[in-house]
Amino acid sequence: MEVLDRYEPLIDDFEAFRAACERPLPSVVRVNTIKTEPETARAALEAEGIGVEPCGWHAGLFRLDTQPGANWPYYHGWLHGQEEVSVVPATVLDPDPGDRVWDACAAPGSKTTQLSALMDDRGLLVATDNNLGRISALRSNAERLGVTNVAVTREDARNHSLKPWEAKAYDAALVDVPCSCEGTIRKNPDTLDEWTLEHVEGIAGTQKGILRRAVQTVREGGHVVYSTCTFAPEENEAVLDHVLGAEDCRLVEFDLPLDHVPGVTAFEGETFDESVRKAKRIYPHHNDTGGFFCAKLEVTG
Amino acid sequence: MSDDREHDGQTFVRLPTDPDDRIHEDQPTRDEVLDWWDERFGIGRDYLADYTFWEKGRGKVWAFHADTESPVRVEGLGMSVLRTRGDHWKPTTNAVQRFGHRAERNVIDLTREQAEAFVAGEDQEVPWDGDWGYLIATHDIAGETEPLGVGLYLHGELRSQIPKGRRRDL
Repeated sequence: MEVLDRYEPLIDDFEAFRAACERPLPSVVRVNTIKTEPETARAALEAEGIGVEPCGWHAGLFRLDTQPGANWPYYHGWLHGQEEVSVVPATVLDPDPGDRVWDACAAPGSKTTQLSALMDDRGLLVATDNNLGRISALRSNAERLGVTNVAVTREDARNHSLKPWEAKAYDAALVDVPCSCEGTIRKNPDTLDEWTLEHVEGIAGTQKGILRRAVQTVREGGHVVYSTCTFAPEENEAVLDHVLGAEDCRLVEFDLPLDHVPGVTAFEGETFDESVRKAKRIYPHHNDTGGFFCAKLEVTG
Repeated sequence: MSDDREHDGQTFVRLPTDPDDRIHEDQPTRDEVLDWWDERFGIGRDYLADYTFWEKGRGKVWAFHADTESPVRVEGLGMSVLRTRGDHWKPTTNAVQRFGHRAERNVIDLTREQAEAFVAGEDQEVPWDGDWGYLIATHDIAGETEPLGVGLYLHGELRSQIPKGRRRDL
């Protein structure tokens, strides 16, 4: 937990932040609207005696009083266990049915399957990962949830090829990058045990490469959502700052009905473009969730 | 026939509309696949009309709710829906869970106890006076009739075809 002390200058109520990080996380499921509706899923859960509390900001999210996997609605692919903040980036990207969408770091598929549901399972959704084991998990989640518009590719997202997809640009991309995962500490209490600044700085290089490739593959006027489950500005605002300077894109405002604070423009002697304030930081004490970072970019060239 | 049209186990090839374009003698055409869902389960051609159908490896058919140029070398393209090797084509669990609510025949509705045994992977004696072969098993949940998966009906017995990884004790 000492690792998190470096963020004390960024966080208003640091004691509340630390206390939230030490609490376990509620069990949350997202209703899969490819197969059912929230009211039907809720009725099926309650019929099995499972306590259901809707998350106020999103109609298809329920907090359960048990683990999500062993019940009839889960068997039918009506539900997917997904942390509340993990639902944010696909909600922000909000693709339309029939769009062409790239999910750059897709496995194990929580956000991919949510994107498909938002697309009404219509239009091309390309889901990329570079690890076969994780791709296996992605495919099995997609099939259980009834997703039929996803194409799965194994490649390094930094070198993603449009060639199999008729060489046409995407309307939108989701870049939920691999990160140091500091914000998942409530789910994985040992996640910070192997934390090093070298790892943070190394993975930031990968994040910059993936976000740059996403901006390159999206048409002018299309959107790219960048997200991490970490607090480190090196992996968040610094990545945005780099890509704003290297590619034709700008940050845009977006609505988020969860408590949050703006992106930070300075950290440990580094300063970032003023527009990174349009990004949003969600701390665990804000909404009793994991920690998260999310930004929305518009492609301008 | 060019090399890139042959199966190497990694490449998805779109099913032909013209039987003369088949890349192996038992490759189904798009029409044969659409007709099969209609004839076996009464799932109409209109419902599946927006899908493209692909083969990866011999006899494994995938349904994709989008399209691209064929062949394409990727890890997955939509959903694996049908196995067409042998005399009796077999739908996948995932396909009947996705499309089975549209089925009008060869559907066997199970009680809660029968459904529990079915998803646990058990074979069971169930009365049925329809066709033998692959059936869609359903049960009632939250006011809906929801498909559970594929059962093979033979000699008075419904044999659960739920893959091991999808079986549950509920």
